Amino acid sequence: MAVDADSKPAASTSALRGFFDGDVWHSFRSSPVAMLAAVIALVCFVCALFAEVVAPHNPFDLATLELMDSLKPPSWVEGGDTRYWLGTDGQGRDILSALMYGARISLLVGIASVLLSILIGVSLGLLAGFVGGRTDAFIMRICDVMLSFPSILVALMISGVGRTLFPHAPDMLAFVVLVLAIALTGWVQYARTVRGSTLVERNKEYVQAARVIGVSGFRIMRRHVLPNVLGPVLVLATIQIASAIITEATLSFLGVGVPATSPSLGTLIRNGNDYLFSGEWWITAWPSLTLILITLSVNLLGDWLRDALNPRLR
Amino acid sequence: MLVFILRRLVQALVVMLSVAFIAFMLFQYVGDPVTNLLGQDATEEQRIALRKDLGLDRPFPVQFAGFVANAAQGEFGISLRQGRKVSALIGERFPATLELALVAGLIALGLGIPLGVYAALRRGKASAQLLMTATLFGVSLPNFVVGIVLIWVFAVELKWLPSFGRGEVVALGSWTSGLLTRDGLLHLILPAFTLSAFQLTLIMRLVRAEMLEVLRTDYIRFARARGLTDRSVYFGHALKNTLVPVITITGLQLGSLIAFAIITEQVFQWPGMGLLFIQAVQFADIPVMAAYLCLISLIFVVINLGVDLLYFAVDPRLRVEGKAH
Amino acid sequence: MAMTAPLLEVSHLRVEFPTRHGTLLALDDISFAIAPGEILGVVGESGAGKSLTGAAIIGLLDPPGRIAAGEIRLAGRRIDNLPYEQLRRIRGREIGAVFQDPLTSLNPLYTVGRQLVETITTHLDLTARQARARAIELLASTGIPAPEARVDHFPHQFSGGMRQRVVIALALAANPKLIVADEPTTALDVSIQAQIIALLKKVCREQGAAVMLVTHDMGVIAETCDRVAVMYAGRIAEIGPVADVIHRPAHPYTVGLMGSIPAMDEDRERLLQIDGAMPRLTAIPPGCAFNPRCPRVVERCRAERPELAQVGATSAACWRPVTVEAQR
Repeated sequence: MAVDADSKPAASTSALRGFFDGDVWHSFRSSPVAMLAAVIALVCFVCALFAEVVAPHNPFDLATLELMDSLKPPSWVEGGDTRYWLGTDGQGRDILSALMYGARISLLVGIASVLLSILIGVSLGLLAGFVGGRTDAFIMRICDVMLSFPSILVALMISGVGRTLFPHAPDMLAFVVLVLAIALTGWVQYARTVRGSTLVERNKEYVQAARVIGVSGFRIMRRHVLPNVLGPVLVLATIQIASAIITEATLSFLGVGVPATSPSLGTLIRNGNDYLFSGEWWITAWPSLTLILITLSVNLLGDWLRDALNPRLR
Repeated sequence: MLVFILRRLVQALVVMLSVAFIAFMLFQYVGDPVTNLLGQDATEEQRIALRKDLGLDRPFPVQFAGFVANAAQGEFGISLRQGRKVSALIGERFPATLELALVAGLIALGLGIPLGVYAALRRGKASAQLLMTATLFGVSLPNFVVGIVLIWVFAVELKWLPSFGRGEVVALGSWTSGLLTRDGLLHLILPAFTLSAFQLTLIMRLVRAEMLEVLRTDYIRFARARGLTDRSVYFGHALKNTLVPVITITGLQLGSLIAFAIITEQVFQWPGMGLLFIQAVQFADIPVMAAYLCLISLIFVVINLGVDLLYFAVDPRLRVEGKAH
Repeated sequence: MAMTAPLLEVSHLRVEFPTRHGTLLALDDISFAIAPGEILGVVGESGAGKSLTGAAIIGLLDPPGRIAAGEIRLAGRRIDNLPYEQLRRIRGREIGAVFQDPLTSLNPLYTVGRQLVETITTHLDLTARQARARAIELLASTGIPAPEARVDHFPHQFSGGMRQRVVIALALAANPKLIVADEPTTALDVSIQAQIIALLKKVCREQGAAVMLVTHDMGVIAETCDRVAVMYAGRIAEIGPVADVIHRPAHPYTVGLMGSIPAMDEDRERLLQIDGAMPRLTAIPPGCAFNPRCPRVVERCRAERPELAQVGATSAACWRPVTVEAQR
């Protein structure tokens, strides 16, 4: 149909315009907290993404490390060095640079886990809702059992099992196991929400009509149900990202997270903890602060997004 | 009601069996079960004898049944890392974790509920806004960061409180308690507050949200329309209705506390089950991991059951069987 | 007419809702009075402002709603500007309320007896035993069988109609002189509705309490009320004795309302339908709010807002009311 081809580009620009006219954007502009959070999150994200470019040093290039520069305090404290703005650690690595690389790992693992969570959860939810019957009951049982276990335990178990099965695993595999572990702690929420929406949509007449015509279940799920569940999934994702980042940081802090060669913020905090009592507070303080900033801004954005999308509060 | 209890018990059994199944799989297929049971220093003869004893050639269900029978008695073999019986290790560490979790839970409830009620009643005022912002921090701060900050402030800078270990403990039969000595109590403060932080903010947010919901209901409106005092309305009616759902969530939190104690124990080197578990994961000590898994599941299942029963006691709608007429 | 001092006097009441889009006027210059022991019906479509009027009188407007102007007097004493504590004492003691949904009006966690005793002891100086005796009495007077046993039952053990009886008992617990009943039968089965309305009428007569009965059901009004006020878009369109408003309505809106009610004793070909719909609060037309839909509209209706004026036996806010001559 000729109309379709023409109306597509118009639809997307008007959708964009609609977004900027709408309540969500208005709510964003009128909330200084949300804007501040967004700015902070953006800065952290950019620094992490472009760490090679932005960071003043490369903490992983052993050639550039000088042991004599180790344990230097931040530049504004006596004994500090302006080359190492936030100080250095026990090996002479620049904390600021390590932060950026570490933040990148933390963010990457966090986002990857959430994406995987969404994939698993949405698929299972669609399946449960659409197929129904025993599949549905089975999946829901699993959800119930998984929900009653704290996430950290699940992540630790999977991590532990992974280590046992692959004791000398290459780094890539360690990352995969980690992302899988965190993803498996969060998928249940998506599954439940999507299942609920699917159940609602499944009973609507247009879906029944499509089935009568012979449209495959898969297409129905993809074209009709999926768009309707994206809203709540988005809101859930914003909550989960912060939670995933924290879980990764916790696992790394405990020593069972990212491999030692790619330290995330959690690893940095763990390493710095040893120096706390001897007075070199900065080695653990800056990574902690960064972690807090990132999770706080993500949570604030999530909070604001939830309120903005909640029709009851408008 | 009897039917209800029975049904829940069956559910609990199913969960326990599934967990036992996972633990069994770990035991058998992840790592070597003979090593798991005998430890790494067993001789070849011992291994062969055990293989026969274990009946590793016997069919799967029989082996599983054997495992479950052992597990029910608390027999999980020998720790690969420490060479001692797993049950003994866990038995030693359990009191430490339980005390920590209980105290943390009490702090979370004792502070969380009043603060949540306050935030709901004084909604919109600056103090309430401040509290809610603080909860945002609480939810965003990982457990270990809270611990490190507390250690930094109270142990390193101010030097008021100890930050390592359990301090002086008193043995009461097979139980060791740190609650009876001043030293033990001092050592308990920082870890307990750290562990309670997350739950505290959760409870505060939950109580506030529930209370606000309840304050919007018709029966509160009707209570006000009858001219009942604010005290009656807020603390007689609203609070009681608020606490009913809060109780379930809080009960479940106790299990969560025991699990999250893993992190706190690492930060403070608290000699509990959590620290044991972490070391087991790092070392791939399967027997300990399996045992911990089963024990935690048992605790969770028991708590869930307890909370359900508590719900019965508190909400009359579930209790009375009489038909409405 | 011999006029005893009115029990409730509402004068020029204005209720506003400040919102993000501007201030909404929900009640615009409402005035009416209720005599002691009288039953006044307040009828109108959803959104006309009936429940708001009741809420304003009890002093339970949901924020951000507030009384912007006007006065409410109870037995001559002004109550709309009282401090919270004094208003609280009036509620329950002098003004009682009955809400729509008996399912949600009672706290599910407390026995009916406890809720009754609590209300009684808040307002009356009785011992616990006396209060309990009175509670049982109240349950009996509202027609609940075996009140001594049922006083210790929980709300969910009562059926819908029984629950509303409990609600009425609660409203009357402290002997108020005025009851504001907001759609008390709407949520009940049709067969129960008649019983509850009859009960309400009976106990109020017994206690000498006046009732402001808010409802959208004209049948109930006809059965129960002495006078009725017809509300439209936050204003009173017509007010007068029940028989007159029903059989000789003066305001065109009331005419339309009455014409749209099926009647068993008349032969009607078609039910009258009023074109259009009641305007939203944000789009109330200037002049008379009914003018876009009115079959009798003239230029003046669009320009000037009419005040309530006596037309025959009723008062109507209309520039061209239907008079008795026109009806013949």
